[in-house]
Amino acid sequence: MITRLRIIGKSGLDWLSVCGRSGVFIAHSLGGVPNLRKGMPLLLKQLYAVGVLSLPIIVVSGLFIGMVMSLQGYSILVDYGSEQAVGQMVSLSLVRELGPVVTALLFAGRAGSSLTAEIGLMKATEQITSLEMLGVDPLRYVMAPRLLAGFIALPLLTMIFNVVGIWGGSLVAVDWLGVYGGSFWANMQAATDFRVDVVNGIVKSVAFAFVVTWIAVFQGHDLTPTSEGIGRATTKTVVYSSLAVLSLDFILTAVMFGDF
Amino acid sequence: MHSKTLEVAVGFFMLAGLASLIVLALNVSGLTFSNAKESYTVYASFENIGGLTARSKVTVAGVAVGRVVGITLDKDEFAGIVEMEIESDFSGFTTDTTAAILTAGLLGEKYIGLISGADDEYLVEGDMIVDTQSALVLEELIGQFLFNKVNE
Repeated sequence: MITRLRIIGKSGLDWLSVCGRSGVFIAHSLGGVPNLRKGMPLLLKQLYAVGVLSLPIIVVSGLFIGMVMSLQGYSILVDYGSEQAVGQMVSLSLVRELGPVVTALLFAGRAGSSLTAEIGLMKATEQITSLEMLGVDPLRYVMAPRLLAGFIALPLLTMIFNVVGIWGGSLVAVDWLGVYGGSFWANMQAATDFRVDVVNGIVKSVAFAFVVTWIAVFQGHDLTPTSEGIGRATTKTVVYSSLAVLSLDFILTAVMFGDF
Repeated sequence: MHSKTLEVAVGFFMLAGLASLIVLALNVSGLTFSNAKESYTVYASFENIGGLTARSKVTVAGVAVGRVVGITLDKDEFAGIVEMEIESDFSGFTTDTTAAILTAGLLGEKYIGLISGADDEYLVEGDMIVDTQSALVLEELIGQFLFNKVNE
């Protein structure tokens, strides 16, 4: 009985200390005045790694998700003779929900896991320790550029995803299924509001970017430096970020679009 | 990776992101730069607004001339007060203009249709349209129909 209680208490304390460590970690990485001249090349390199290299998967998935939604929406809406509403269906669901969420999930799988593994291997091969020995702060030199790159890249990827998805939707609906293009776009523009829908979608993706990158980089920083530990941390990154993104999405949707 | 190629790739990525934002703004949400169009506000009181919402269209002969900005309740007469913004380009509405809440299609969205009258004076900022026709509520219509049937 006492041992069980002790296990529960210990896991609670462990969890709390992980929370605390992650908070201290991000404060130390991002706090202080950034050195623009030295930091820019590092940031650029990371932007390339997490942003540019994620473009293919984002563009291809965006295209197909838009096309599938258009096809599926058309087959339902055509029964009611309102197939022009495909435009607003595709744009609203992409801009508000699917765009930010799916991009964040793909980003966690594509960029988040590689961030964790990369930093984990750096730690396992004691590169981080040697940086410290050289008097370079690894938080500022290794972690901060990766965090910032993630914060910048994911919102941009989300917008690209949205545009490609809507283009794919219009390709299927207008060019292949013969929905009248004028009412497709007019319905979309009438239903989508810039402030309410587009900006809120971007706010969501900024929140997801923060959470996903934070989890990925922190897991890499905090793992046990063994090959097993790296594997476990990479899994944790993907699982935790997916759960965080989905639950955060519900909360954000309730706050932004719910009537309470 | 040469640093130049890397910089170009990242620059391209940033540009693509910004271009997407512009497409989202202009093409998808139909944002126009001439957003600050001059407009004036008029009010109309309806017995029943039946599903009209803010951002609904205000039309004349089917042409959109403005939009609904707000809906409040007149607490004395229990009437719905609809506040609408009409673009200043369309200013020739007489004071006996009538307003009706119409439905696009059978089950479509609600919008306001204005029909200008024959008066000499024109509606200005803050005026109230009194001659209105409420939204059709299907239940009331069916109720009336049944009531008439019973009376026959």
